Amino acid sequence: MARSLTLTGLDKSFGATPVLRGIDLSVNPGEFVSLVGMSGCGKSTLLRMIAGLESPDRGRVAIDGQDVTEADPSDRNLAMVFQSYALYPHMSVRQNIATPLRMRQMTLAQRLPLIGRLLTPAALRSEIARAVEDAAETLQITALLDRKPAQLSGGQRQRVALARALVRNPAAFLMDEPLSNLDAKLRAHMREELAALHKRLGATFIYVTHDQIEAMTMSDRIALMSEGRIEQLGTPDELYHSPATLTVARFIGSPTINLLPAEADAEGRVHLFGTDTGLSTPARGPLTLGLRSEDLRIAEQGLPVQVLRCETHGADRYIGARVEGGEDLRLTLRQPTLHPAPAEGQRLHLAMNGEAAHLFDAEGRRASVTRRERVAA
Amino acid sequence: MADMAPAARPRSLEDRRLRKGILFALPAGLLLLAIYIVPLLVLGGFSLTDYRLGALNWHFIGLENFAHAFADPVFLRALRNTVLYAAIVIPCGIFLGLGVALLVHGRKRTRGFWEFAYFLPVTATLVAMATVWQFLLHPTLGPVNAAITFLGFDPVSFLGNPKLLIPTLALIGTWQVVGFNMVLFLAGLTAIPKDLLEAARLDGAKSPIDRFLTVTWPMLGPTTMFVTVTTSITAFKVFETVAVLTKGRAGSETLLYALYLEGFDYSNTGYAAALTLIFLAIVLVLSIGQTLKLEKKVHY
Amino acid sequence: MLRRYLPHLVLALGAVVMLLPFYWMGLTAIRPPAEVFDISLWPIPKHFAGVENFTQAATSVPMARFMLNGVIVCGGILIVQVATAVPCAYALAKLRFPGRRILLSMVIAALCVPMQALALPLFVGLAKTHMLNTYFAMMAPFFLSVFAIFLFYQSFRSYPDEILEAARMDGFSEMEICWGLVLRASLPALAAFAVFSIVAHWNDLYWPMIVVTKTELAPPPLGMLFFSDAETGANYGALMAGATLITAPIVICFLLARKQFIAGITMTGVK
Repeated sequence: MARSLTLTGLDKSFGATPVLRGIDLSVNPGEFVSLVGMSGCGKSTLLRMIAGLESPDRGRVAIDGQDVTEADPSDRNLAMVFQSYALYPHMSVRQNIATPLRMRQMTLAQRLPLIGRLLTPAALRSEIARAVEDAAETLQITALLDRKPAQLSGGQRQRVALARALVRNPAAFLMDEPLSNLDAKLRAHMREELAALHKRLGATFIYVTHDQIEAMTMSDRIALMSEGRIEQLGTPDELYHSPATLTVARFIGSPTINLLPAEADAEGRVHLFGTDTGLSTPARGPLTLGLRSEDLRIAEQGLPVQVLRCETHGADRYIGARVEGGEDLRLTLRQPTLHPAPAEGQRLHLAMNGEAAHLFDAEGRRASVTRRERVAA
Repeated sequence: MADMAPAARPRSLEDRRLRKGILFALPAGLLLLAIYIVPLLVLGGFSLTDYRLGALNWHFIGLENFAHAFADPVFLRALRNTVLYAAIVIPCGIFLGLGVALLVHGRKRTRGFWEFAYFLPVTATLVAMATVWQFLLHPTLGPVNAAITFLGFDPVSFLGNPKLLIPTLALIGTWQVVGFNMVLFLAGLTAIPKDLLEAARLDGAKSPIDRFLTVTWPMLGPTTMFVTVTTSITAFKVFETVAVLTKGRAGSETLLYALYLEGFDYSNTGYAAALTLIFLAIVLVLSIGQTLKLEKKVHY
Repeated sequence: MLRRYLPHLVLALGAVVMLLPFYWMGLTAIRPPAEVFDISLWPIPKHFAGVENFTQAATSVPMARFMLNGVIVCGGILIVQVATAVPCAYALAKLRFPGRRILLSMVIAALCVPMQALALPLFVGLAKTHMLNTYFAMMAPFFLSVFAIFLFYQSFRSYPDEILEAARMDGFSEMEICWGLVLRASLPALAAFAVFSIVAHWNDLYWPMIVVTKTELAPPPLGMLFFSDAETGANYGALMAGATLITAPIVICFLLARKQFIAGITMTGVK
């Protein structure tokens, strides 16, 4: 039962510090949307606001068009997977998974220990038990059902937390950095599994992370947040290939995008270190030119640099270099390891793939760029 | 999802959340008001009057009660007695506690037994134990004096000689407080990292006394501070032993006992309120440092 | 050789002093009157008079009644203390509400106000409302333990917030979270506090002496005081038997749970 989610004009301050400023976001039923950003950008607060764990100062939260801004967390039918998994330490895995169902379907008297068993209809009990078994099977933790959380590994706890979330068939899944406590290998594996789970359930996922790789690999759309605002909302490709702001360009992509100071003259010709790049823009004055590491290559002539270090990453090699000319500007260039590695300290010339260049004006907003002619930079 | 309708709930989510917090804190808050705040205000009020419990009329007499207190030979004697008592119990209680802790700290297999033996007096009902002490110290019937005469000395009238009353009470006070302090010091000793003692050994602190002075004692600073404060407060609150053993006879009242007599035996409510405030002031002065430290810790 | 055993020797000498009163109490309690003034420390009396002494202690004053009063007063105090302190500590540690910081500061300030400073106005209040000589009067001043609030506050603070939030989303009420989840994780603190509270009030003399004049309401220490007054030296054997009876419950608990006991009573050290 995938539901849509609509956030309108959400504002929140903690004391005098604004945390969220005018957040608008609409999530379609069954969509996987990631909220990414540096720590302190407000992404977790936003997620907790959807969950009902924080109240907005202004604005509305709606599920399937129904306003839930003032509804209690338990009345929203949302499931949350926490960074620390938040399993109940005194309950077995089975009890942990059953809890959301017990709380929803049983009365307080039925939940009491011992007496509760007598008051609960057998049909309800077996229904809950079956739902727990199903959820455990989906996440392949049937063998762990009678253990306590303390006896589980991080990855296993993660699965229990997921099972506890999906057992109640929620309107949407909220995930707060669920993979950040796992080691790198397990994290890569769980990324795949989460994406597969999302596909299988067809449910709405809101996923908070500071890791752009997680966001890029799993999401239908990404909302990149900074200082309480959504900087850009778009598909992973859109964020990578046409970042709307300098902040987005810096955040998305690994290695980090290369940024060079550039200048547009009165005719809009873009100059880099005094040389015409052959690019034109409607913007004027000082600009920042962004180039991904794969859009630079070693050439006979071009930007002179000195090699600082080479890092081999299997198929690719990242070459870190310093731009010659006094300023402390560093660039990263990616080339296949088939090519021979340059020596440290070696001087090289770099050419750029002008089509892939990004321009940002003094305020950090994207400026459009066109290629005039092929001129070696 | 009908239950999502916000109309069913009159207040906003945030209001409901704040209300829950208030409701949870309310019973304790009201009790705090009824047991601490109002009585302290009333106490302050009493201290400025000549009110006697049961009397029909009373007068506002300003600070006269306080002036009277510092001219009252009984109160001054009680104050002197309490200071003398504290002057014995505080150093004895702290250093014996520390000494026992240092000795017990090194024991492995027997540690449990020593802890039990030294801590037992802390848990025991002091009123009952004071009665036992009375018997033990009896000039003719008690084993303590039997031992003293056996060693060839004259028997000591611990609870008969007025000069010895306070020191005897202090002896019992020390007996009760040593175990408590020992446990606190043991906790402090356990918290000292072993590496530090080994580093001191490598740096040439060969004798245990050297190591104690260069590492252990300085590291126990906060514990010692805390032990001093609790021991002082305990000492200034001495009451049970006086009530059982001397009942204030032969000028052996202590602060709390004098206060008890004025307030509850003679019903001099106004005057007793003034004495209580003096007592409270002493306790607050003793504990202010620790409290401020705590306050800082709690509010980060 | 001496170096090795010296600590044990010193500790043993000290322990003799510490334990002598207990030994003497137990010994006298089983001695017949004729042997009471025998200063020998030999543990076996010529005639075993324990039965007579304990019978006299239990019959000449209502010793059983004192003990029962002690149980009622300690139990009543502990239940109300926990019932009021746990929600308050939970609210201070995990909920937001106006006045939270002020309440916390007041709790800490109240920690250093000894009960004896409040006794006079509380006594006057109880006298005015004709409630002296009641169980309520004996228990009321201790219904609020700021120490318990502080202790639970410290303990609850370390409970992970995310589990609370998971519980709220699962539909637990705030009461269920407080008592069923958070307190459950702080059971050692609860046990330690229970020891602390029971020992403190079982042994307390000051307040009962102020509000209770009736023998049938006296808790053990006050009963002991009545007893020793009534007997003034006439029968040391019975007196010591009485003292043994009063001291025994706590000492037995201490024997059974030394660790928890020491933790409970010295908990003031965690401040």
